[in-house]
Amino acid sequence: MIDPVTGSRLQFALTTIVHIIFPVMSMGLAPFLVYFTWKDIRTGKPIYEQLRRFWTRIFAVSFVVGTVTGIVLEFEFGTNFAAFSTTAGELFGGPLALEGMMAFMLEATFLGIFVFGRERVGNALYMVSAIAVGLGTWLSAVWILIANSWMQTPRGYELATENGQTIVQLVDPVAAYANPRFPWMFVHMQNAAVESVALFMAGIGAYFVFKHHVWAYPVEKIGFWEATLKFGLLALLITAPLQVLHGDLYARHVVETQPQKFAAMEAVWETDSYVPEYIVAFPTSIQDLLDPRAKDIFGIGIPGGASWLASGGDPQATIQGLEEFDGPQPPVAIVFWAFRIMVALGFWFILLAVWGGYRWWRGELLEDDLLHKALMVSTPLGILAVELGWVVTEVGRQPWVIQNVLRTSEGVSPGLTAAEATMTLAGFAVVYLGLLALYTYVIVRIIRAGPPDVNGPELDGPAETPTSEVQSDD
Amino acid sequence: MTDPASLATGPLFGLPLADLWFGLLFFIFSTFLFLDGFDFGVGALFATREDADEREQLLSAIGPFWDGNEVWLVVFGGAMFAAFPAVYANLFSRHYLLMFAILGALIVRGLAPEMYEQRHDAAWQRWWGRAFVVGSLTAPFFLGMFTANWLLGATTIVTLPGLVVGLAVVALTVVDGVAFLRLKTRGDLREDLRTDGYRALAAYLVLVVVTLGYVYGAAPALRSSLFSTPVAALVLATLVLAGVYAAATRADRYYVAFGAAAGLVFALVGIVAGLMYPAIDRAGGLTVETAIVSTLSLNLLSIGAAILLPLVFLYFAILYSAFSGPIEAGESY
Repeated sequence: MIDPVTGSRLQFALTTIVHIIFPVMSMGLAPFLVYFTWKDIRTGKPIYEQLRRFWTRIFAVSFVVGTVTGIVLEFEFGTNFAAFSTTAGELFGGPLALEGMMAFMLEATFLGIFVFGRERVGNALYMVSAIAVGLGTWLSAVWILIANSWMQTPRGYELATENGQTIVQLVDPVAAYANPRFPWMFVHMQNAAVESVALFMAGIGAYFVFKHHVWAYPVEKIGFWEATLKFGLLALLITAPLQVLHGDLYARHVVETQPQKFAAMEAVWETDSYVPEYIVAFPTSIQDLLDPRAKDIFGIGIPGGASWLASGGDPQATIQGLEEFDGPQPPVAIVFWAFRIMVALGFWFILLAVWGGYRWWRGELLEDDLLHKALMVSTPLGILAVELGWVVTEVGRQPWVIQNVLRTSEGVSPGLTAAEATMTLAGFAVVYLGLLALYTYVIVRIIRAGPPDVNGPELDGPAETPTSEVQSDD
Repeated sequence: MTDPASLATGPLFGLPLADLWFGLLFFIFSTFLFLDGFDFGVGALFATREDADEREQLLSAIGPFWDGNEVWLVVFGGAMFAAFPAVYANLFSRHYLLMFAILGALIVRGLAPEMYEQRHDAAWQRWWGRAFVVGSLTAPFFLGMFTANWLLGATTIVTLPGLVVGLAVVALTVVDGVAFLRLKTRGDLREDLRTDGYRALAAYLVLVVVTLGYVYGAAPALRSSLFSTPVAALVLATLVLAGVYAAATRADRYYVAFGAAAGLVFALVGIVAGLMYPAIDRAGGLTVETAIVSTLSLNLLSIGAAILLPLVFLYFAILYSAFSGPIEAGESY
């Protein structure tokens, strides 16, 4: 049996880690779909109809799986974190309620028209539906991040006693909800979602381009995949540099507002100045892996780099070490390595963007097989980077669920038994991993089936020959 | 009212906001149970249809709607969290396994139609078809159990009234589903469904009578509320609406039958709310007055809901009018 605290934490981690994949797909696809729909309506070119219809299928599956996994989260605060919900409900419940009414409703209703209604409604309402769905997905992020940013940097509240329990009471809504952390999180998250989908599109496009142009294996409607690769690459060129640049500024905000988290990200134990930044860190022992300490770790350090990062340009700046904070520390190893891998991926994506952009400019995009392979490998890596970023954000805030207000261990439902927690954790492990496998299977099938047939001039590429994979499944 | 300081001192316009939110919460719950209820009913009726084309029609009927319908449950959870945080925390943690049973059933129900359409081989569709039926039957059953346990302040998962109300809600969703499908289909299917509607309605009425009998006999704390004007009126309304539903179904007055089905759902949830008030979580010892969130948060929430809920109804109006009338030939899920 797993104790209720550990069980609830693992369950919440599992359910959020799986769930976030689907909103990342839908939020990231939203701007592409708005654009494809607009171009489809305005130009009537078959390529845009294909892009719209193909990516709408991926969007619809992501949205459905995102809905069913997300409803669980809506209730998990109550089932597993009742003490947190009682304490923080007054500040935390409002954004969740407004998210449902303002964002989720907009998204779910217009999705019906967007997915099923092309033949039923006129161009104007169809375009409105595409925008409403996209806006809905992004507004969801607004409210969720308003709630989450308050947990990172709580403001605008007072502690009060109600029904014999200590609760946080809202006193200044502007301070609480217009939280300085919010814009950092929102820009970083939304850009990451678009970047993840850009990598996804570029990777899949590269696979078919590689198959067709490098392996000379005829791929039907290759023009569609070339366009997919180019749209992905173009979006990556915009988002990849922005993500790293913005992430750097965001880290400075974390230093100011959550120094304990930043110390964990850098594994700095003693307060020091002129702290190096280990761009590349190699664990040379199990000890380094499980209990990294910046001073002992073998790596390539930029002298004063971490100080420079923390202060925004002063390599001599002092960084507060973990030893300065009383009580339990965040699990440093998880935060330190997750942060490092995320940053490394961020730079890798810039390299990919520049490499692909250069080849494109030289007119060699379709021939560079090494680039194709690099893009294929990177197809899911944007989503991985998002997951790691959230690990840094959420694990780095531990032991607090609300920074300096409430410990995570104190937030768990008091009446929860070990048997109940173990049972649902086991259930979720099976169901959510099953869902993930099923989602992957369906997405792969959609990709294999390829873009739909549309009326209009043939796209460049060979005559249609259905591939064996598609036929064998039907 | 725009001065933030005044928002913290008293309720907006002096309104009885705690009671209004109690009402709104159950209104949202009714809306969910009515709208997603017909989706559940369609899922249950899916089991009675063998023909692939008819099954396809059932899925097409709810295709554009079910996701939006289900979001009313999300809004219900959010509204309860925001307006009555202590109830949200107590109630859902007390009914821990039942909550996850509901959520699990909703996962299966939501996923199944989407998966069903992904492949067209018989084995795949048979299994996802079954999953759709199971999810559509268990979700309302567990929701009914939850509602009864909530009302009666039960602390165990399986209770006799829980089982009865669970079955009643399943029957009600079939009543609801028949009314919806008779709007959306034509021909033999539409004719056949009529009998399903009568049977489900009869089962529902019997189960409601059993439930009310149980409340009268075994729940003395609620007995006096049973004869209060609103509850008695809603019980009477249930009988009238049942009559209207049956007559309208017989006379092929599709919209009238659909409206009566909606009325039955709102009456049932209204009866539950009427019996519960002024408590909101009997087992947790919470009343509407003690559980309501403090003034400033409540005022902000009320302003938000007053602006947003009418917009939500507008979205639904646009969606339902875009897909009004029977499914056209060739329209697929």
